[in-house]
Amino acid sequence: MEPRPRSFYVLTAFFVVFLIFLYGPTLTIGILSFQGPGGGLTFPMRGVSLHWFRDLFEQQAVGDIWGSFSRSLVLGLMVMITTVVVSVMGGLAFRKRFAGSALLFYLIIASLVIPSILISLGVGLIWSQSGLPVHWSTSGFGAQLTWTLPFGLLIMFAVFNRFDKSFEEAARDLGASPWQVIRHVVLPIIAPSLIGVALFGFTLSYDEFARTLLTAGSYNTLPLEIFGMTTNVTTPVLFALGTLTTVFSLLVIGVFLLVAWLMNRKRARAGSDAGKGMV
Amino acid sequence: MRNNSVIGWLLAAPLSLVLLVFLVLPIAMIFVVSFWGATEWSIYPAILLDNYEFLLTSDVTYRVFFNTFKYAAITWAFTLLIGFAVAYYLAFHIRSLTWQIALFLLCTIPFLTSNIIRMISWIPFLGRNGIANSTLISMGVIDEPLEWLLFSDFSVILAFVHLYTLFMVVPIFNTMMRIDKSLIEAAADSGATGWQTLRHVIIPLTKSGIMIGTIFVVALVMGDFITVRFMSGSQSANMGRLIQNDIALLQYPSASATAVILLITVLLLIGTLLRFVDIRKEL
Repeated sequence: MEPRPRSFYVLTAFFVVFLIFLYGPTLTIGILSFQGPGGGLTFPMRGVSLHWFRDLFEQQAVGDIWGSFSRSLVLGLMVMITTVVVSVMGGLAFRKRFAGSALLFYLIIASLVIPSILISLGVGLIWSQSGLPVHWSTSGFGAQLTWTLPFGLLIMFAVFNRFDKSFEEAARDLGASPWQVIRHVVLPIIAPSLIGVALFGFTLSYDEFARTLLTAGSYNTLPLEIFGMTTNVTTPVLFALGTLTTVFSLLVIGVFLLVAWLMNRKRARAGSDAGKGMV
Repeated sequence: MRNNSVIGWLLAAPLSLVLLVFLVLPIAMIFVVSFWGATEWSIYPAILLDNYEFLLTSDVTYRVFFNTFKYAAITWAFTLLIGFAVAYYLAFHIRSLTWQIALFLLCTIPFLTSNIIRMISWIPFLGRNGIANSTLISMGVIDEPLEWLLFSDFSVILAFVHLYTLFMVVPIFNTMMRIDKSLIEAAADSGATGWQTLRHVIIPLTKSGIMIGTIFVVALVMGDFITVRFMSGSQSANMGRLIQNDIALLQYPSASATAVILLITVLLLIGTLLRFVDIRKEL
């Protein structure tokens, strides 16, 4: 290998600083959430304890954290499943041009760039003017989909742009019906990317704030609850909650990555031996 | 051919339905309500231009409008520089695919955690008695704690860069990975210096990635209200904050009028940027 140029070392240093910038603050509140009972929102640490975590589990000075957590969890799963199904269908639709496909594509891009507060405001207005009660599982659910679906579809477009159509042709030549082609050829091939779509669907919903602000109704999701806390809680209990929910997010991401990795490994092992010279 | 369209429509139906109910209708509703009137506790249908008149004749609007662009421009510049450097490093200096994926994931993971928590996590760092101030004081750089670290334009932009640089890294990295490495060798063989290769080969070939990143960052910063509110301690405002203030006062028609202005601005800007890139081809 040729020797590394000087720019390599400069950029490595830059990259390390960038990572510290990305992760440093989160690690800081991770450490500070173990403050002793007398500790404040910044260093120095006044002892080390689990005091603030215990606070979160007690019946509660700070609001309905566990209720909002379970709502966010359920909503995240609803959004995740819907995003996967609708994105796959949309991705399949866009493989062929159909009347209105260009317009629909621009709507997807618009959904991505329109400020989230506008979705929140508009959905809230429609619901209130039609006399429907806003609720996280109806208006909140739909408002979040306008953020997760564009990401799901962009991933699906990228996947189908690289999709080798000869697999489908082979299946059709062997007499498979269109549904069989989808079920036994297309879906298994795109399955690993669906893990990515699901991960985006869940985490974007679980962390969404602006789109649920006016559409969740009287029962808060977790980000709304946390934001409420920032205005009236001035103890490290806020950091403890932040640490817990970040750890939860990291666990979710870890599980998804693990599943994707296992699928790829299984596929590599069960893959074709064409061209490997075995008779 | 006709059959194709029917299948296409059926497959696209759920997507169209969601976008119709939760995107098109809400925007139409905002447009309609922006002409309505409001009392202190309710809103009523009407066709009034009062909301726009008030908005377009007020000084505050123009100041806030300017602020919105300022945040977007400064954040764009920083995210572009940092994002380009990081993407360049990953694409051209990391030699094994496994390491590229691992480091790329490391950059991506924070995006999948809560923005609110990531904002909160700057408090212990930037506060009056925070890590930055106490470090600077103990190093003897300053005598008094700096007041402008938290709850200022500085902290707002810092948070934007922290939250959104990733949206530059991903598309730029994506286009860089598709650059044929032999082009770079050819440039080097023809005697180009590293800078010349960067300037005349890599940057032109990365333009579409830069455009997509720009679209993301500009749209996110211009539409934001929560970062500005939280990181400026309610001391600065952008368009989103103006909308949110009106909402808090139940002045939905006036919030809607501001929303329409913001929407037109964002769509014009993004529409212009979209002319320079074909998103579907780049995916």
